[in-house]
Amino acid sequence: MTDTTEEEDFLRVDDLKVSFATMDGTVRAVDGVSYGVRRGQTLGIVGESGSGKSVSSMAIMGLHDAKRAEITGSITVGGRQIVGCPEEEVRKLRGQTMAMIFQDPLSALHPYYTVGRQIVEAYRIHHPNASKKEARTRAIEMLDRVGIPRPDKRVDSYPHEFSGGMRQRAMIAMSLVNDPDLLIADEPTTALDVTVQAQILDLLEDLQREFHSAVIIITHDLGVISQIADDVLVMYAGRAVEKGTVEQVLRRPQHPYTWGLLNSVPSLHGDAEADLVPIKGSPPSLLNRPSGCAFHPRCPYAGQNGDRSFTDVPELLPVLDDVGHSVACHLPADRRREIYQRDIAEAGVAL
Amino acid sequence: MARFILRRGSLALLTLFGVSVLTFFMFFAVPTSPAELQCGRDCRPAQVQNIERQLGLDQPLWTQYGQYMKGIVVGRTIGQGDTAIKCEAPCLGWSFRSSEAVSSIVGRALPVTISIVLGGAAMWALLGVSLGFISALRRGTWIDRSAIGFSLAGASLQIYFVGLLLQVLFVYTLKWLPTPTYTSPFESFGDWIVGMILPWTTLAFLNSAIYARLTRAQMLETLSEDFVRTARAKGLPSRQVYLRHALRAGITPIVTIFGLDLGVSLGGAVITENVFGMPGVGFTAAEAARQLNLPVVMATVLLAAFFIVLTNVIVDWLYAYIDPRVRLG
Repeated sequence: MTDTTEEEDFLRVDDLKVSFATMDGTVRAVDGVSYGVRRGQTLGIVGESGSGKSVSSMAIMGLHDAKRAEITGSITVGGRQIVGCPEEEVRKLRGQTMAMIFQDPLSALHPYYTVGRQIVEAYRIHHPNASKKEARTRAIEMLDRVGIPRPDKRVDSYPHEFSGGMRQRAMIAMSLVNDPDLLIADEPTTALDVTVQAQILDLLEDLQREFHSAVIIITHDLGVISQIADDVLVMYAGRAVEKGTVEQVLRRPQHPYTWGLLNSVPSLHGDAEADLVPIKGSPPSLLNRPSGCAFHPRCPYAGQNGDRSFTDVPELLPVLDDVGHSVACHLPADRRREIYQRDIAEAGVAL
Repeated sequence: MARFILRRGSLALLTLFGVSVLTFFMFFAVPTSPAELQCGRDCRPAQVQNIERQLGLDQPLWTQYGQYMKGIVVGRTIGQGDTAIKCEAPCLGWSFRSSEAVSSIVGRALPVTISIVLGGAAMWALLGVSLGFISALRRGTWIDRSAIGFSLAGASLQIYFVGLLLQVLFVYTLKWLPTPTYTSPFESFGDWIVGMILPWTTLAFLNSAIYARLTRAQMLETLSEDFVRTARAKGLPSRQVYLRHALRAGITPIVTIFGLDLGVSLGGAVITENVFGMPGVGFTAAEAARQLNLPVVMATVLLAAFFIVLTNVIVDWLYAYIDPRVRLG
C-alpha cells in the first residue's frame, strides 16, 4: 500500500475562488483558498456559517450550478482538474472517486425510498453491470460495516424508521459504497446527539483507516477537529486565516479569530465558573467585505500595526520556527506571542 | 397496508351513505310532486293521491329511502297492480317521461362521459406536468415564460369559446376532423379516438394550467431539497435526479388535485358535453333538470357523489403508495 501517491496530495485546491452573481451584487463566497489532502489524511475545515467552508467543498464535488456560480482557480482530484471540467465527466467522479456526507441525514435521504434502495442506486450508477441482487448484497454488507444491527432487515426500512444516528450511518454507508478515494463530510455530527456524535466520529476514523481515503471534515466544532483531524484550516469570510496541524493550530494558535473560536469552547478541565468569551460582532456580509483584513471589525487587536489591518489584505504566511504552520495576520509575530501568552493560553490548553 | 386500505374504504362507504341520505331528502324539499308530473295536465287531486299511493310516495321518507337503496342493491317493483314496473338492480328509479329505467339512461350516458374525462384527464395531466417540469428546469428562460403563458391563456379562456373555436377551425374550415361523436371503443377504436380528440384537446388546454403551475412550484421547491443534492452527489445523471428524486417528491399535491378534478368531471362534464353535443352524464343531467325529471336528476347527483368519493379513496390509497410515511397514520 505504499505507492508514490501516498506522499502526494490526492486533492489539491489552489487559489480557489467561488462567487455568485445575485440581485444585490457579487457574493464572493470563497476568495482564494489553497489546500491539499493526502490519502489517509484528515483535513478539518473550521469556520462560522458563511465562511465559505461548505461552498468550497461543493465546488470540489462540482455541485455548483455552472450558470450561477463563477469558479476560478484549480481543483485537482487524483490528478484530474475539476474546474471547467464538463459536467458529465465530473458526474462520473461523484459518488465513485469522491463522495460526500451531509449535515442532516433526515433531509439528505429521500423520504420515499428505502435506505437499501438508495444505497443500491448509488452502487449501480457506477457499477452498471452489477445485478440488483449483487447491489443489494453490497448494500447489506455496507450497512453491516457501519454498525447497523440486523442489516438484512433494515435494508428495507425507510429513513423515517431510523434514528438520527442510524440515518447518518446509512448515509455514510451510501457514500462509501463505491470505495471513494476522497470523502467530504459536511458537518456530519451537527444534527446529532452528543453521544451519537462521538460514535459517528469513531466510525469515520475506523473507516478511513480501512479505506485509506483522503477525508475532509467541515465543522464549526473545534471538539470534532481535535478528535478526528490531522490538519486544520481555519476559514473566515471566504479566506484561509490559519493553517497547520491540529497540534499547531489548537495548541499554538496564531490568529485572533482562532483565539476567539477557542475561547468560545467550554472546557472540561478548566474553571467551570469561567465565562465563555464569544467573538464580538457577527460574520461579515460577503457582498460588502470589510476592507483590509476581513476580521478587523471584530478583532480586538486591529490597528496595533498601523493602518494595515484596514487597508491591506493579510497574506497567509509561514509562522516562524513552526514548520507547516501558517497564518494571515498583520500582527508582528512577537506581539502575537505576547498577547497569546497573556490572554489566551489557558483556553488553548483546555482542548 | 391492508388495514390502511380497509379503513379508508369503509370510511368512504360511510361517506357515500351520508351523501345519499342528504341527496334523497333534499329532493323532497323541491316544490314539485313526481305524482303530478306523471299524472300530466288536468289532473284531479284524487288521481294524484292514487299515483302517490301506487309509487309509495305516501310512505314515510325513511321507508322510501330504504326502498330506493334496496332497489340499487337487489332491484324492486315500482307501483302496484297491473301498472307495476319491474326495475332490475341496480335500480335508480324510473323515468316516466321516457318510460324507461333510469339505470339504462345513465348506462347510455356514462361511457360517453368516462371516455371524455379519462382521455381528457390523461392529456391535461401529462401536458400540465410536462410544461411545469420543463419550465422549472428552464426557469427564467423564454421556454419557462412561454410555457407559463400558454397555460395561463388556457386557464383564462372558457370551454365554450375554445371548444367552438377549435371545432370551427378543425372541423369546418380545415376539415381535418369529423364532428365530435361518441363511438364505443369496443366497436371501433380508431373512430373512438377520432371522435374524442377535439373534446380531449380542449379539456387538456383548459385544465393543464393548474398542473403546470403546481408542478413548476413543486419542482422548484424539491430541487433545493437536501436529498436532491444527495442524489447529485451520488453521481446520478440529471434526468434521474429530476424525475426519480425531485418530481417524485413533489408529486403528492398534484395527485390530490388530479383526483379531485377527475372525480368532479366523471360526475358529468356538463359544459364540455353540451358544447360538443355529446350525450354524457352532464348533458343528461342538464336536460333532466330542465324537464324536472327528478329520478334522473337524483341518479346523476348520486353518481357524481359516488365518483368524488371513489376518486378520493383512490387518492388516499395512492398517497400511501407514494409516501411511506403516510402508512403509519
